[in-house]
This record gives sequence, structure tokens and C-alpha cells, in this order.
Amino acid sequence: MFLVVSTLIKLVVFALVFALGLAAILTWMERRQSAYSQDRLGPTRAHFFKLFGRPFVLFGLLHIVADALKMFFKEPFIPKDADRGIFRVAPLIGFCTSLVILALVPFGPDLVTERWGVIPLQVARIDAGLLLVLAVGSLGVYGVALAGWASNNRFALLGGMRASAQSVSYEIALGLTIVGVLIAYGSTELSAIVNAQRGLVHGFLPNWGIFIQPFAAVLFFVAATAETKRAPFDLPEGESEIIGYFLEYSSMGFGMFMLGEFIEIVVLSCVFVTLFLGGWQLPYLIGDTSSSFLFGSLFGVNNSVAHALDGMLVFGIKVFFMCAFQLQVRWTLPRFRYDQLMRLGWKTLLPLALANIFATALLTWWDPTLKILGHVGVAMILMFVLVVVAGPRRVPAESHGH
Amino acid sequence: MAIRVRKQVEFSFYEKSYLPEVARGVFVTLSHFFHNLFGRRATRPLQTLRYPYERRVYPQRFRGQHRLLAREDGSPRCVACYMCATACPAYCIHIVAAESPDPKIEKYPAAFEIDMLRCIYCGFCVEACPEDAIRMDTGIHTPAFLRREDAVVGRVDLMSLSGQAGTPPAFGAQNYREKKPAGA
Repeated sequence: MFLVVSTLIKLVVFALVFALGLAAILTWMERRQSAYSQDRLGPTRAHFFKLFGRPFVLFGLLHIVADALKMFFKEPFIPKDADRGIFRVAPLIGFCTSLVILALVPFGPDLVTERWGVIPLQVARIDAGLLLVLAVGSLGVYGVALAGWASNNRFALLGGMRASAQSVSYEIALGLTIVGVLIAYGSTELSAIVNAQRGLVHGFLPNWGIFIQPFAAVLFFVAATAETKRAPFDLPEGESEIIGYFLEYSSMGFGMFMLGEFIEIVVLSCVFVTLFLGGWQLPYLIGDTSSSFLFGSLFGVNNSVAHALDGMLVFGIKVFFMCAFQLQVRWTLPRFRYDQLMRLGWKTLLPLALANIFATALLTWWDPTLKILGHVGVAMILMFVLVVVAGPRRVPAESHGH
Repeated sequence: MAIRVRKQVEFSFYEKSYLPEVARGVFVTLSHFFHNLFGRRATRPLQTLRYPYERRVYPQRFRGQHRLLAREDGSPRCVACYMCATACPAYCIHIVAAESPDPKIEKYPAAFEIDMLRCIYCGFCVEACPEDAIRMDTGIHTPAFLRREDAVVGRVDLMSLSGQAGTPPAFGAQNYREKKPAGA
């Protein structure tokens, strides 16, 4: 009984309050952040009343409310020749699969209580966690493909087809990049992976996946972005050419797809943080059982509750910045062409992921304490930074007016 | 002129690897983002004004809604000479002249109407006026009208407007036929 209640509480707090809340805020952030990146102002109009002669817009946050109201009060139109049942169910599939993945992500350290024993801050601690993430994650594309199919619209179908082709292509790369992490940390259970990232490399660098496996981190991020159909990989949507798989959807059916996209951002961020950014851990400040971060230091109580609160806070902050980074990438890069997408998936990511597995296996076999892997990882990061800062720049060719 | 054939751009391996350029691109957009978020209003790249609530200060020579200037006794400076109406390319000024009660002044406008829907805000009337009686320095945009008749603005309304801050006083003496008072 206690297990059911505590699981439900965790589910509500993490999946519903944190993830859905963050997803709702992301709809605002996407507009505001993109606007500021492009020297625009973004949403400034939605308001209920005026304050000091100006509409009270609350930084544009009220657009979230306006959006929700609009979505709910529109007519849920279903085309005449659409497959009504599948058409209705399709938005739910993608939405639900993303939420299922959240159940596997540890969002804080174990809460040790006298009365109830150890409560893991993770909805479902399953040994095959990472495999389940991949399995459920790939189910998400069914929602998109079925939406495109059931709409009985050729453009929607094109979108659904693109989504499934893209998903198939990038899933392999996604799975293979994760193998490198599995070799290094030796577990598929997500909280075990987080715990394995405790401690320091070289005495000062956190033992995070991004330092041990920087290459895998980049590959994973690219492949996962392609899986979530975002940023430069939003071909299934492709609003300028085919409008996308949700072409025939109106009202909350479309809203589910839109919110689902943002939940996928949150989910991807959660998984990335868990695998590569040390989950809820923060070296120096948050230890095994005690913490000197916000709650631990503020209230002077170094009990398990303060420790857990700090862990959740750190996790939330990391996820937030990961989400912001994804939005920034989206508003920086143009969309790939379809052949470029396929070439990147099959001819670049796949071989590189294989090479990463080989190198990781070799270095881990050489030195099971991951020291050498850490050396190589840090060297790669430094090289990349050097290339970015000092690499050659193409001077734009002088173009004469046509 | 010869046809210039631009060769296909050859990308180096470094450029094809894409990631460094992506990182640079993200850096560019991020720098814009942070400049706009934390930068000072005057210097940040984002210059949008929330128009009805924030207004730009118009330059002194901005041509807005017209106004008619008055003498010190409140009568219009206009002497109904029809110069402005003649200069007007849009024929939007309608003047009815009448004999002035002041013996020193010949005429005054019994009616002075500007059709704001016809006006093109060229400012020729202001240039043509020998009396400095009409100006466009109010800094006001044309208001919206619900009926065409409302768009014709008459003498009383035109005289009720004042110039935006910093406009120079009307040139000349109170009456150009009078001599300048000593010391003015």
C-alpha cells in the first residue's frame, strides 16, 4: 500500500508537476528565447487587465493560458475520410510514451527515512531501465505515423512517413551510442548510472558522462534530437513544405502534438542529464548523504530530506538548462534536406557510434578505473574547444548584385 | 557584361564535420540572446517599442497633424491669402475669406478646413505660408475617423492644437504691419 501511495506521489510530483509544468513553460520559452535571439520582443499581448495603463502581460507568460484556452474551445474537426478511431488515439500515443520514459529517470537521491525506510526518488527502478527507455522511446513514432496515416491527407502521410523513416535511421545510432555509456558504467539501470558518475576525475573534474564519453554525448544528443523530431531534424513537421503529420488536427488534438513535442524536449533533457551530466549529483556540494547546496546549507540540517531536496533542485536546474540549449539549437540551425538527414544518420552517426564503442571498450579493458577514458575524453573536449575558437573561418565570398 | 559562373563551393573536411560551425552558430545566437536580455536598452540590438504604450520622440521636423497659430489676442494669424490652398497638391485645404474686423488687417479666414483624408502631409502649405500661420509641428498622427465628415477639420479645431515640446515661437511681430516693439 505504501509503495502504491509513494509511487503515485512521485508520479504526480515528477511527471505531472515538474515535466508537464516545464513543458508548458517551454512553450513560452521557445517564443521568448527565439525572439530575443533574433532581436525581436516575442509575445507581449495576452493579458487580462491593465496595470498602470499598460496591459499586464507578465513577460508574456499569460500566452500559455491563452493558448490552452484557445485549444480547448476550438472545434475538434475530423476529416470525412479519416480513420476516426486511430485519428483520435494517435495524439495520445506519442504523449503517453514520453511520459512513460519519465518514470524510469531518477530525479533525486534515495530518501532515507526512519519511518518508511529507503524511498528511491525514481518512479520505477527497473534493471533494464535504459533498454526500456529506448524501447518505449521508439514506440513514440507510432503516434506520428498513425496520425499521418489516419488523416487521409497526402501531406500528413508524407510527414508520418518521414517520421518513421527518420526514427528507424536514428534509432540504431542512438542505441549504439548508449552502448559506450553502458561499457563505461556497467549498468542499464538509470540510478546505478547516476551513482557511477559520483566522484572526480583527475581530482577536479566531475566523473560525468560528458567527460568520460564526450563523443557519445554529442552523438546521443544529435540522434536523440532527430528522434524527437526537433531542431534541424524537424522534417516530419516541415511547416514550410508539407505542414506536417498533424496537418488535419485542430483543437486539443493538435495541442497534444504540440505539448508532446515539448514534453519530448523535457524527456530528452532528463535522459541526457542522467546519462551524461551526472543526474542529480553536483560534485563538491552534494555528497553521498549530506549536502551543502541550497537546502543543506540554508537550514543547517544535513538530513536526508535536505539532501534529497538539493538533489532534486540540481536535477531540475540541469534539465532546465538542457531544455534551453535544445531551444537555442533549434533557433540557430536551418532544417536538413531529406537526403542530408539520411546521409548523416547512416553514413556518419552509425560508423562513429561503432568507433566510439570500439574505443571505449578498448580503453575500459586497458584501464577499468576509467582514468584513461577520462584523459581521452578531456583531451577531446579541449581539442573541440580549440577547433571552435581557433579553427579556420571562411571569409564570405564577395557577392556582386544580380 | 560577361556571365559569371560561380563554382560550387568546396567545403573542407573541417567545415563538413559541421559541429564546430554549429557551436559557433549557437554562440552567435546566444550572444544576441544575452545582449537583449541583460543589455542596456539604448545599446542592445533589440530596438522594438511597444507602440501605443511607448513612443519614440519625433524629430522637430516631423510633419504631423496641422495646426493654425494665433496672434496674441487669439485671432488667427492666417490672412486668408490662399497661398497654402494654391500650393497644396492634394487640394485638401478649403478657405472662405471674410473681411477682418481689424482695420489693419485685410482678411481673415471665416472658414479654414483641411480634409485629412486627402492630405498627403507634404508640408507645402507650411512652406507657402507668408504669415507662419500654419504648421505641422504638433507631433500628432492623423487620428482615425468613423465618418468622412469627421475627417474635415475646421479652424477652431486646428487652432486648439499646440506644437510639440521645443517648437520655436512664431516668427515676426504680432502683426506684420506693426513695427516690432522696442526690445523684443
